[in-house]
Amino acid sequence: MPKNVPNTQKLNTRTDLNALRNRLQTAYDPNKTRVRVCMTGCRASGADAVSAALAKEIARLPAAERKNIEVVETGCHGFCAQAPVIEIDPVSIFYGQVKPADVPEIVQKTILNKKPINRLAYKDPATGQPITQAAEVPFYKAQERSVLRNLGRVDPRSLDAYIRTGGYAAAARALIRLTPNGIINELEASGLRGRGGAGFPTFLKWRLARKERSKPKYLICNGDEGDPGAFMDRGVMEGDPHAVIEGMIIAGFAIGASEGYIYVRAEYPIAVEHLTLAIDQARKYGLLGQNILGSGFDFDITVKEGAGAFVCGEETALIASLEGKRGTPRPRPPYPAVAGLWGQPTCINNVETLANVPVIIGRGADVYNDMGSGTSRGTKVFSLAGKLNNTGLVEVPMGITLRELIFDLGGGIIDGKEFKAVQMGGPSGGCIPAEFLDLSVTYDTLSKVGAIMGSGGVIVLDETACMVDIARYFLAFSAAESCGKCTPCRVGTTRMLEILERIAGGNGKIEDIDLLIETAAVVRDTSLCGLGQNAPNPVLSTIRYFRDEYVAHIEHKKCPHGICKRRPANREANRG
Amino acid sequence: MARKSDTVSLFINDVPVKIHRGASIMEAAHKAKVDIPHLCNHRHLTPTGACRLCVVELEGEGPGRPLIAACARPAESGMRVLTHTDRAVAARRLVLELLLSDHPGDCLTCEQSGHCKLQDLAYEYQVADSRFRGRRNRYPIDTANPFIVRDFEKCVKCYRCAQACQELQFCEVIDYMGRGFDTMVTSALNRPLPETECVQCGRCVSVCPVGALTEKPSRYRGRSKDLKKTVTTCPYCGVGCAIVLETDGQHIVRVTSREDSPVNKGDLCVKGRFGYGFVNSPDRLITPLIRKDGELVPASWNEAIAAVAAGLKRTKQEYGADAIGFLSSSKCTNEENYLMQKFARAGVGTNNIDNCARL
Amino acid sequence: MAGLAAAFGSGAMTNSLEDIGEADVILVIGSNTTEAHPILGLNIIDSVKNKDARLIVAEPRRIPLVKYADMWLSQKPGTDVALINGLMHVILDIGLADKSFIKERTEGFAAVVAMVEKYTPDYVESITGIPAADIVRAAEIYAGADKATIIYAMGITQHTTGVDNVMTLANLAMMTGNIGQPGMGVNPLRGQNNVQGACDMGALPNVYPGYQSVADVGVRKSFEAAWGRKLPKKPGLTATEMTRAAGTPAAKGGIRAMYIMGENPILSEPDQAHIIAGLKGLDFLVVQDIFLTETARLADVVLPAATFAEKSGTFTSTERRVQPVRKAIQPPGEALSDWKIIGLVSSKFGYKMNYHSSAAIFEEIAAVTPAYGGISHHRIEVCGIHWPCPTPGHPGTPILHTETFARGKGKFHAIDYKPPAEVTDAKYPLILTTGRYLAQWHTGTMTRKVDGLNEIEPEARVDINPADAKKYGVKNKRSVTVTTRRGSVTAKARLTEDVPVGVIYMPFHYAEAAANAVTNPALDPVAKIPELKVAAAKISQK
Ligand SMILES: Cc1cc2nc3c(=O)[nH]c(=O)nc-3n(C[C@H](O)[C@H](O)[C@H](O)COP(=O)(O)O)c2cc1C
Ligand code: SF4
Ligand code: SF4
Ligand code: SF4
Repeated sequence: MPKNVPNTQKLNTRTDLNALRNRLQTAYDPNKTRVRVCMTGCRASGADAVSAALAKEIARLPAAERKNIEVVETGCHGFCAQAPVIEIDPVSIFYGQVKPADVPEIVQKTILNKKPINRLAYKDPATGQPITQAAEVPFYKAQERSVLRNLGRVDPRSLDAYIRTGGYAAAARALIRLTPNGIINELEASGLRGRGGAGFPTFLKWRLARKERSKPKYLICNGDEGDPGAFMDRGVMEGDPHAVIEGMIIAGFAIGASEGYIYVRAEYPIAVEHLTLAIDQARKYGLLGQNILGSGFDFDITVKEGAGAFVCGEETALIASLEGKRGTPRPRPPYPAVAGLWGQPTCINNVETLANVPVIIGRGADVYNDMGSGTSRGTKVFSLAGKLNNTGLVEVPMGITLRELIFDLGGGIIDGKEFKAVQMGGPSGGCIPAEFLDLSVTYDTLSKVGAIMGSGGVIVLDETACMVDIARYFLAFSAAESCGKCTPCRVGTTRMLEILERIAGGNGKIEDIDLLIETAAVVRDTSLCGLGQNAPNPVLSTIRYFRDEYVAHIEHKKCPHGICKRRPANREANRG
Repeated sequence: MARKSDTVSLFINDVPVKIHRGASIMEAAHKAKVDIPHLCNHRHLTPTGACRLCVVELEGEGPGRPLIAACARPAESGMRVLTHTDRAVAARRLVLELLLSDHPGDCLTCEQSGHCKLQDLAYEYQVADSRFRGRRNRYPIDTANPFIVRDFEKCVKCYRCAQACQELQFCEVIDYMGRGFDTMVTSALNRPLPETECVQCGRCVSVCPVGALTEKPSRYRGRSKDLKKTVTTCPYCGVGCAIVLETDGQHIVRVTSREDSPVNKGDLCVKGRFGYGFVNSPDRLITPLIRKDGELVPASWNEAIAAVAAGLKRTKQEYGADAIGFLSSSKCTNEENYLMQKFARAGVGTNNIDNCARL
Repeated sequence: MAGLAAAFGSGAMTNSLEDIGEADVILVIGSNTTEAHPILGLNIIDSVKNKDARLIVAEPRRIPLVKYADMWLSQKPGTDVALINGLMHVILDIGLADKSFIKERTEGFAAVVAMVEKYTPDYVESITGIPAADIVRAAEIYAGADKATIIYAMGITQHTTGVDNVMTLANLAMMTGNIGQPGMGVNPLRGQNNVQGACDMGALPNVYPGYQSVADVGVRKSFEAAWGRKLPKKPGLTATEMTRAAGTPAAKGGIRAMYIMGENPILSEPDQAHIIAGLKGLDFLVVQDIFLTETARLADVVLPAATFAEKSGTFTSTERRVQPVRKAIQPPGEALSDWKIIGLVSSKFGYKMNYHSSAAIFEEIAAVTPAYGGISHHRIEVCGIHWPCPTPGHPGTPILHTETFARGKGKFHAIDYKPPAEVTDAKYPLILTTGRYLAQWHTGTMTRKVDGLNEIEPEARVDINPADAKKYGVKNKRSVTVTTRRGSVTAKARLTEDVPVGVIYMPFHYAEAAANAVTNPALDPVAKIPELKVAAAKISQK
């Protein structure tokens, strides 16, 4: 891959950074033809072969033409339903489900002659009309991509590309122009709340950690992302690792930490690879290490692979795991801000939370705060999955309605079936029925209807779904992932699951529903950590909105949808 | 900034309590003479909040918030703790029901019966049966080590044994194994203890609240509740640990310690806890013996005492007192050593008296 | 004990066990604490793990405590004086001696300065085998501590230079002012549960109860008054001297009769063959014990005694804490408490003893033993009392020598290194050293009657460094014969790096492989403790 302006020089000041950015921008020819191929998420769908075919085709071109074409391997474009996807600049043409056989035609028509190929263009599901311009595709059109700003656009393995597009400017501003308290105040003004699930105001967490006197302090980026079906954090870590690093530099400076850790889910080798590479690059440029950009601030980051358990995403379990112990939650207080890693003050934030930080510091808190609804400000990344046409990663302003999310971005239900419910928040979340489709999505509204924002997993269910089966699926996940430490979660989730299995198998009694509710309440009320406390949510919310389905299973002694019979009780849902 | 005071004042069921900063709600309640049930909490161990029986309510925290584990939450000034609200009691009962649903009902033959925290709590909270019907963990009873029987079906996963091993004994033999319903608290890979770093101190047994860990030599020889308990001092090394002899008539059934014993705070080594078998050994000397025709044969005390006195007298008369030597014993009491040297010096008339202090 | 008494005026632990947790630096020397005093071992580990204490272990073998130590000094057995003198040399060199303490509270320091002059780290390395740099670092750590404490046991005393070893340790503590305060001190650990008490009670040849000298006329007169008899003037023989004099003609100072209570010298004393011959040569032997021990088998009369569980009384632990022994069960058969038996024998002998309880005996002890003067069975009910406790209102004394030493000023003794009585040579190239297993006890009289303990430690092993094993053709887990100038024993070989090259190690619990069949009976000239920790040996395997 041709590098525009190789830079091996260490950046000693903010001016150095600005100068480098200027050089990079000057050297960048926006009119050059660039083919952007997703080489992260799309790999599973054959992106490698497409990329290879492109390289081969382009190599056959005369040198003069060849030199004007560049293939950019990027992170996830988000539109995973269309994988593998490519976009071609500057004409901004979008193709989905590309096969290597399509490549010669793409090179001839679109790359050399700047003509769209309708056959490969995205078809509007409503009209069937081809849409060739990326920006016109509804899936992209309704998004507000700030955390995902670089995903699908730049090569995540190139620090220069990140800097060229404004990267590290926010960090430079924070370190040189702002005080730690100033940063925390901006965070407060932005209204950013933690994206890891609980929605705790980020500024408050930082302020608590800042207040602690004991040194050293640590910053942890939580990239464990264990919710089945969620891949927001993966997208960011793979597709824009420098955004995470930049957010961590700012956070570390704000709380007074000099060491950071990124705890990455074990199943994310590309994320580990890209983060490790990015950290290396940042060190070489002096963006990590001693006296960053001449600010006097020292900070460095270590990547740690996770232990492969859902509960390790819980902050105290994660810390135990980082310390080399078994990842088991412990009671709080003391909160990590007071006594975390190695007993020292520790701030732990989610990947997306941290990736939001450069956006806020770079563009200003008010710009960020302008988006959103109620106490939920800014944007949120969701992973759309289930029975909708456009599955993938989207970033939208907080407060968007479910209907917009599912029907506008998501392109509606597959095969024109009826929408039944949407499961939000994964195993800790709940199912929201059609009557709430116009609910605007915020932390508070979701929890009012029995779901949670969680990390942003959205699973859409159509009319054929059996809600008892859905509840069972998520509960089986929690029961299997329970760390086993506390009684209600260890035994309670399994007992609830057994009742659900009885009901699903047609052996339930009507009192079972009450026993489920009673047990769920105690499991929620008494479990030690969020896993157990939230594990009953899928059950409670489905009983709340779909009690009739439970009753039907019991009265007819079978699953009305014929699903529960087909799927044998599978307690080991998540054992690999 | 005003200096934080060293004590906090709070209310336990409307009773005001003052307690040192850092103490848990459980400790504050204890001070207010309110008993909060628990299986996992233990005075010498870091609170883990595992069993969830100690859940209480804080006045002013709505029903939307989870209950609070009294063992792990530090008491704070101004807290108003309610320990036995309907919600808390109902939660405890259900948690007990859950525990009992995975517990064998063989209290009839359980060593711990009458001395079992789970039994006591089931009684106190009137949880006679569990509404939950489902699978139960099945494990063979592990008797493959000299002193400890491990019956994991009875384990309530309080984690006390693991902590005792780690925090008190500084061994790391026991930890969680597996996850979810199948979680065990055991040695790595559930290996027999002799294949681990275990030093057989039995500390894990001493903290187990149920019948999961019991003393092997005591099996079926008497339950703690039925035994006489005598606090005394260990007969082995010079540290002088306090031990409790649990006896049934003339037999030592078990040796335990007390968590508040001044020297050892409940800790014992393998000898102190399990080395009592010699007392009831069939090889004990039970009558005096006198050598007759080269053989040691049983004799009466009168004969024996007379023989000793005569033998010593004869030697003294023949060779003088200094031809007699006395070896006293560092295994005997002060009183006995005192008498022995008094006898040697004042009775026989020699300073040839020593003990094995040097060895 | 003699060593500490010479330096401080009292031979007992200076501080309490709990107090060791106050120290910033703990020097453990000649004590395999976690196996011989396991609960104290836990306290030490707790200090290291939870209280940031630093631990220096000086011990030839890699004992379990080494895992927790900041430094492990593996000295050649029998070279402790050189090591400690070396530490003192360095401390003087780096100016960390506590001059005001030395000046105000001690005497005789100048001679020590002169003596340690030649103990440069390099010289000490040549004797002990410990790298010179480690000696310097250990000295820095010990002397640099705010509060440093020393813990030692039989690894220090069971040498012909045992008293020298102890006096050098006392020198080290005094020169750094580490005595008389919490977390400081010099702490000998007593092997058996009531060694301290037996000594306190005057079961020693040279002192009456409370370490009152038999040679002191005034003291003798007062005991004569208390006991109503004329008392012998001449100090008596020590255990090892007695067993060695056993069977020899009385005219040559020999012992013709012995009364042995609760001891098994055949296994515990060195040079077993010699002991057996001696005991067999006696005219009359009485053994009072709970089992028919190896020694009891040779007796003319055997008296069945009660165990600790069958009688009441007191034990005094290694930290000078007097604690209760309570009767839980009746003795089996006709067995009686030792105190009852002695009373019967004494009365029959013609010296009346009519005590109705152990508490009554204790009252008499308190009356004649100043340090026990304020102690009674009643007062020790709950948590015991540390002596000295002179009056009934006195709370006891967990820390000794706080203001002045028991003897007034602390006395330095300039001590030169002397090699062990037996050194290795071409014929006996290895050093045999002995010790204990966690799950066995002393001569096994008690522990070897416990099935589970035998299951854990069924037999003696000879620990041999693999390099030596290779050199002498010894295979792991096969019987190996250890031979010294006194005889041979056979036990299974265990190859392990835990013993350094040139050293082999055996426990002395096992009659069938009695280490003391081969150990050296050479005595310390003052304390009369045999050199159980060093014997020249060779190994061979069939
Ligand atoms: C069972 C469980 C799993 C969790 N998994 C994750 C996770 O994968 N990623 C994450 O960021 N937070 C996870 N959390 C939340 C974290 O504990 C923590 O609140 C979060 O990392 C804080 O970051 P934030 O304030 O930026 O949201 C999990 C919590 C629970 C109870
Ligand atoms: S709630 Fe579940 S995951 Fe959390 S500590 Fe309890 S058992 Fe472990
Ligand atoms: S006996 Fe002692 S060392 Fe062994 S597992 Fe139990 S606590 Fe740990
Ligand atoms: S074995 Fe006993 S102490 Fe250990 S976790 Fe189970 S119940 Fe608790």
